[in-house]
Amino acid sequence: MTTTAPVSDRPHRTATRPSVRAGRAGGQHRAGPLAHIVLGLAALASLFPLYWTLVAASTDSHAVVSSPPPMLPGGNLFENLTYVWHNAGGRGMGVALLNSTLVAGAVTVTTVTFSVLAGFAFAKLRFRGKKVMLGLVLSTLAVPAQLSVVPLFILTKNLGLGNHLGALILPVLVTAFGVFFMRQFLSQALPTELLEAARVDGANSLRVIWHVVFPVARPAMTVLGMLTFVQSWNDFLWPIIVMNGSTNPTVQVALAGLGTGWSTDWSVITAGALMGTLPLLLVFALFGRHIVGGITQGAIKG
Amino acid sequence: MASTTAPSRNGPAGRQDTPPPHAHPSGPSVRRSRLHRWDTKGTPYALVAPFFLVFAAFGLFPLLYTGWLSFHRVSLYNVDRAEWVGLRNYTDLFTGQVSHYFWNALLNTFTLGVLSTVPQLLMALGLAHLLNYRLRARGFLRTALLAPYATSVAAATLVFALIFSPEGGMANWFLGLFGAGPVHWEAGRLSSQFAISVIVTWRWTGYNALIYLAAMQAVPRELYEAAALDGASRWQQFLHVTVPALKPTILFTVIVSTIGATQLFGEPYLFGGQSGHQGGTDHQYETLGILMYDQGFHSSMLGRASAVAWIMFGLLLLIGLVNALITRRLRASQ
Repeated sequence: MTTTAPVSDRPHRTATRPSVRAGRAGGQHRAGPLAHIVLGLAALASLFPLYWTLVAASTDSHAVVSSPPPMLPGGNLFENLTYVWHNAGGRGMGVALLNSTLVAGAVTVTTVTFSVLAGFAFAKLRFRGKKVMLGLVLSTLAVPAQLSVVPLFILTKNLGLGNHLGALILPVLVTAFGVFFMRQFLSQALPTELLEAARVDGANSLRVIWHVVFPVARPAMTVLGMLTFVQSWNDFLWPIIVMNGSTNPTVQVALAGLGTGWSTDWSVITAGALMGTLPLLLVFALFGRHIVGGITQGAIKG
Repeated sequence: MASTTAPSRNGPAGRQDTPPPHAHPSGPSVRRSRLHRWDTKGTPYALVAPFFLVFAAFGLFPLLYTGWLSFHRVSLYNVDRAEWVGLRNYTDLFTGQVSHYFWNALLNTFTLGVLSTVPQLLMALGLAHLLNYRLRARGFLRTALLAPYATSVAAATLVFALIFSPEGGMANWFLGLFGAGPVHWEAGRLSSQFAISVIVTWRWTGYNALIYLAAMQAVPRELYEAAALDGASRWQQFLHVTVPALKPTILFTVIVSTIGATQLFGEPYLFGGQSGHQGGTDHQYETLGILMYDQGFHSSMLGRASAVAWIMFGLLLLIGLVNALITRRLRASQ
């Protein structure tokens, strides 16, 4: 069911005997020029729209739709960004960026914490009903957001949370994916002997969790934290429903307003897209390796 | 953990400070023992409680409540008054006044799903295969391929809406270089769905390629060596060693992508831009997700929106069932 064996990041450098070389496949072959060209084109296709967002955001309403399209940044970037900063989403992109940071930050902290706790219980503790409960966690992985938005909308209206960031945080305090991810990691990374040793020393569960489980879980916490932050930052359906036309938008709601509403100036719209994506791209540039490693190690569950 | 509870019968503290023989039985040792037993018995439930509380309040309850609402008429502006209408919301969708939109959205969800997942996963498989070679700049290539994943639906869709814009869009300029006429991407059914698939494919191909790559790296090298001894070419090794070994992973990505495609919402919501109608003026790229949003939050028919949501749920259960059957057959054949 699950394959999360940590995979080696580098091809093994065994001795290169010519007779064996023919039998080498996968990670062992040196890639030819064609493979490099294809991968280079794929990387270009991945990065070009991002680069072009920057170019478009630095032009003006005429240049951005001229033919041939501009390929180098113009001189209007700062002006467009300032305009978006003050005007997008009602109160400006600044508020939206702050809101998204608060929501994604809170969701990340609670998701990671609760996922470690529940993941630890599922991975290493024995208790009645564990199998059924784990099955329940797994079955909720596939329940789509659409199924809960109408009742949640009614609920938030009744609770008076209609314009409140809490409405975006509460439903996703912890996710099934997080619990499962941590369970997979901890069942391998946390030696049972270490727990028993701590028990024999008289440590209660709280001390065991604080001094043993959390330190061991730290690498997986980093990965899950970043995946959760990205997902929360980019969440669209629920924020659109509960915060639409709100004076308290997230970045995605502000961008949606920008794209469907008052502005027909593409250089301004792309400036908004740039500003809403930049924080994540920054996180990505700094920690991208960890995210890549996290996906290649933890996310496989077939 | 149960193994460590055994000594508790004699008191967990017995190891270091054995109580004197005349100690009173209800002394601190017994109290600590009781505490310890409570700790080992109760802690697991305390640890999983937050997840299940959140799930009950924001997952299970809304799921059932949506089902209940789907048999009622509920207005967006008076959410506390629900009027029982029986199966009316469902019959409206299947055969009634909005059936045209429903079947249209179902078909669009299907065609958009195929257009946006099949080429995506095939490309991801090919790219993963290439990434598995020894490469120059492998770290850069991996990170570059994953960069679109960090871009939000909203930002990506807005930028691609400009690229596919009929007035001065880059896609039409590019076609013009080859003498092909300008396409009004957003207006046509096929062309708009193609453009939306490009957005989905752009965002998710790299992510899936990395998942495949991880699975490929776990394939035992001996399998390749044996195949090579049998005279298999690299292409034959890919077909007869890599792909079979990746079956569970491929199945997993197919399921996840299918679930994602069934819920497609952000891209068709924003692709029309200023045209003002989500899903296209002629509903040419309206998905079930858009239909649900439109019925509930534009037309104020929350009951009908709930019915759409439950139909989507039924579709996903069906997908899950097919998944389970295929998995069982895969297991049996191994």
